[in-house]
Amino acid sequence: MFGKLTLEAFKHEPSQTFAVISMALGGIALIGLIFYLKRWKWLWQEWFTTVDPKRIGIMYIIVALILFSKGFADALMMRMHQALSVGDAHGFLSPGHFQEVFSAHGTTMIFFVGMGMVFGFMNLIIPLQIGARDVAYPFLNALGFWLFASAATLSLVSLAIGRFSATGWLAYPPLSGLEYSPGEGVDYWIWIVQIAGVGTTLSGINFLVTILKMRCPGMKLMTMPIFTWSILCAMVLVIFAFPILTATLCMLTLDRYLGMHFFTVSGGGNLMMYVNLVWAWGHPEVYILILPAFGIFSEVVPTFSEKRLFGYVSMVWALILITFLSFIVWLHHFFTMGASANVNAFFGIMTMLIAIPTGVKIFNWLFTKFRGRVHFDSPMLWFFAFVLNFTIGGMTGILLSAPPVDFQVHNSLFLIAHFHGMVIGGMLFGVFCGFTYWFPKVTGFFLSERLNQYAFWCWFVGFLLAFMPLYMLGFMGATRRLDHYEEATNWNPLFLTVAAGAFIILCGAVIQIYGLFMSIKNRKKNMDLTGDPWNGRTLEWSIPSPPPIYNFAIIPTVDQIDPLWAIKRGQAPKPHYDYEDILLPKNTPMGLYIGILSLIFGFTMTWHIFWLALVSLFGIIGCVIFKLSSPAEHEVITAAEVKEIEAAYLRRSITA
Amino acid sequence: MTDFTIHHTPDPQADTSLPDPNQDTFFTTVLGFWMYLMTDCVFFAAFFATYAVLHNNTFGGPSSRELFSLSTAFIETMILLCSSVTCGMAMLAALRGKKNQIIAWLAVTFLLGASFMALELHEFTHLVESGNSWTRSAFLSSFFALVGTHGLHVSIGLLWMFVVTMQVFYWGVTVDTFRRLVVFSLFWHFLDVVWIFIFTFVYLMGVI
Amino acid sequence: MHDHLSLKAIQKEWHGTVKSYLIGFIASFLLTTISFTLVSTHALTGHTLVYTIIGLALTQAILQLLFFLHVGQEPKPRWETIVFFFMVMVLLIIVGGSLWIMNDLNDRVMSEMTEAMSHD
Repeated sequence: MFGKLTLEAFKHEPSQTFAVISMALGGIALIGLIFYLKRWKWLWQEWFTTVDPKRIGIMYIIVALILFSKGFADALMMRMHQALSVGDAHGFLSPGHFQEVFSAHGTTMIFFVGMGMVFGFMNLIIPLQIGARDVAYPFLNALGFWLFASAATLSLVSLAIGRFSATGWLAYPPLSGLEYSPGEGVDYWIWIVQIAGVGTTLSGINFLVTILKMRCPGMKLMTMPIFTWSILCAMVLVIFAFPILTATLCMLTLDRYLGMHFFTVSGGGNLMMYVNLVWAWGHPEVYILILPAFGIFSEVVPTFSEKRLFGYVSMVWALILITFLSFIVWLHHFFTMGASANVNAFFGIMTMLIAIPTGVKIFNWLFTKFRGRVHFDSPMLWFFAFVLNFTIGGMTGILLSAPPVDFQVHNSLFLIAHFHGMVIGGMLFGVFCGFTYWFPKVTGFFLSERLNQYAFWCWFVGFLLAFMPLYMLGFMGATRRLDHYEEATNWNPLFLTVAAGAFIILCGAVIQIYGLFMSIKNRKKNMDLTGDPWNGRTLEWSIPSPPPIYNFAIIPTVDQIDPLWAIKRGQAPKPHYDYEDILLPKNTPMGLYIGILSLIFGFTMTWHIFWLALVSLFGIIGCVIFKLSSPAEHEVITAAEVKEIEAAYLRRSITA
Repeated sequence: MTDFTIHHTPDPQADTSLPDPNQDTFFTTVLGFWMYLMTDCVFFAAFFATYAVLHNNTFGGPSSRELFSLSTAFIETMILLCSSVTCGMAMLAALRGKKNQIIAWLAVTFLLGASFMALELHEFTHLVESGNSWTRSAFLSSFFALVGTHGLHVSIGLLWMFVVTMQVFYWGVTVDTFRRLVVFSLFWHFLDVVWIFIFTFVYLMGVI
Repeated sequence: MHDHLSLKAIQKEWHGTVKSYLIGFIASFLLTTISFTLVSTHALTGHTLVYTIIGLALTQAILQLLFFLHVGQEPKPRWETIVFFFMVMVLLIIVGGSLWIMNDLNDRVMSEMTEAMSHD
């Protein structure tokens, strides 16, 4: 009746028990707060059943931030442990637990923090930048979010009930096969990633069609903002790469659940095929994470240099070339698996080639600033940190792309330093840059610039301290995922430095959270009344902050890049003021229901509670059939109402 | 809810290379579904690639030469091909708004599709009962996974066909049911295209 | 927010004639029969046979794409066609690349025979 689930699953090591209790208390506190403030109806109507991308985007970011605290806690635990676990001392994490921690860290950060932030920004900004009122498939958008949230919830549940996977964030067989990991950990991982992956694929289709079909009149592809281009390319990567992951995990699932032999040691399986397929997905995945960050910088740098982006056309071609190249480099993740020199050389050269369009982009940003009027507000600070850290990380990437070098440092801390330079120095700094840039637009009030700067310096210094020593450690022979080492290696001082760096980053993160709460508390004193605090160039700055539910009262017509600067300079077509009735899609709880059923499905499949898994699967199918058979329902905002709303905004900005 | 048909007359001189924000749901839905089909192609490709890599790993057991029956595969192919055509006939009836013809053609398509599934399940059952299930070898695992994935898609298609037919039965040919018929037919035709590659690379190459 | 074009207008845009489905059907029927016959009667053998049936399969797939799925007949801009070609490219890279890599690795894995030889 309960499959493999027993009371044993609820017993944990002390550090895990502590985490679970904190999580439970936090959850109870939150629920209590909502009851106290009597906000259930509001939550239901405004958030849980919404199909508005502006709301969905905020929810993505909230989930990403919550999961970031989990992933970051994992990182702190690892570094603290490694600083202590030398010689006769063995730290405070058992080896088994340490393995779960690094597996959870990677899985959480990539799938929930990285993808969550990208999809959050996409939802918030893309419709606004292309002059649209909505995305192509509003319900599908909500569904994509709820699948993401369901997978995130399942990953939190895996902390509390049973053990998580101990096979790393990619679960290579044979370790992840039934023979060597018979427990529930890998199954948790499989369902978490699969559910998240389906959500991602659906949203990828959604935004690709949105960008292709719903741009406002006059916005040709070559006049779109670069952030929109970067999302277009990222979504192309999503739709062509994620099915590979889905298929590969299906095969692992079949091995584990039905005794198949795709990747088993016996039966004729070939575990190298897993590594091959998973990285055929995995490489495009990292570009899915980084391209939007590049897009964010392409928005911020021109705005804060008061100068148009240098080399728009080459930026677009660089994005397209990176997108194409990212499909033909994947073997560089397993040079050491034993392929011949020809194969390794081909992929090594392809990998080096990707540096070229990437370099073009960096030079273009720098050329944009040249002879511009540069404002050193926090978004720009993040850009500078990105240039330094991403370039260093990128150059070590070029080193790694040479197979002979890679043979020396594969799976060492050198590799860890490289890719964290990419994801933190590149993606995360881009996310923070975009967060500080677009926060006033999305919320209608400002973050404290002073706190932003303090947080920035903590992150910047902390990052250097936490990751530069790893390059040295890699050369000194330290491998990744190591939970203990000998005194004679002389690694300890470096591990201590790294742990110190992690704590400085923690200070930065704490300042950011504190700053966020203080901004919300002081919002009435820091309102963005003009909708355009940075002298923006793109359409999202032409509407009030926060945007009205319909985004644009009149769909704009554009004819060039940087349409808002064009309007400000009097070069743009004059907008007309005939308001029309606006139809918006009605809210629906179906996304939430399917998300909850998916959560049940993932959990029950993990624990082999097959009867309940079947019930939830039928439930999902039933909901899908029901929703897709219902007529599309809309709410109407009449022209008169639109006129009133716009007039109110005008009054507010005049009295500013 | 009330009917939200707004009468929008498209401008015959409009530059259709630029997107129109008031564009009709129909083409947006078709494009989106087409994109989904492209992801499904990549999904199948991963299974095909795996079959190509593993098909000789029989682990001492029987190979495709011993196990596959060309006559069964041929009949299955013909049934599916016919069902693709009858589905096309249903679409032609939909273009003319002929509700009863649509239902008739879809009924035939359903019967053909169900026969295909019956034959395939029979083939699978026979393999399992003769000791050649998916646990026997990597070759058989990848065979069952690839062909089984296609069969699963066909089964989902059958369910979808049933729902769409019911909708046409109750509501006739409307903007919504027509769009759903088109999307369904894309899916059904796509499954036949995938099958071409299955019968070629799995069955035909398997007995050479 | 999407206007609904009337049903008649959509029906005018969508494609398909009896002729196109019949051509597709007869061509597919013939190509399939030829393929199966070539294999079962051993009329061709070896690499010739393999390349022939692959060619027949590709031809049939293209014909079904044109006559059943109406690829290339959608109104401009032909996003469906563009995405289709991109998918084909990705597919060739993934399948071709995987086969190249896995065959290469296989060549370098010690087979039972060489393993036995090395344990002298």
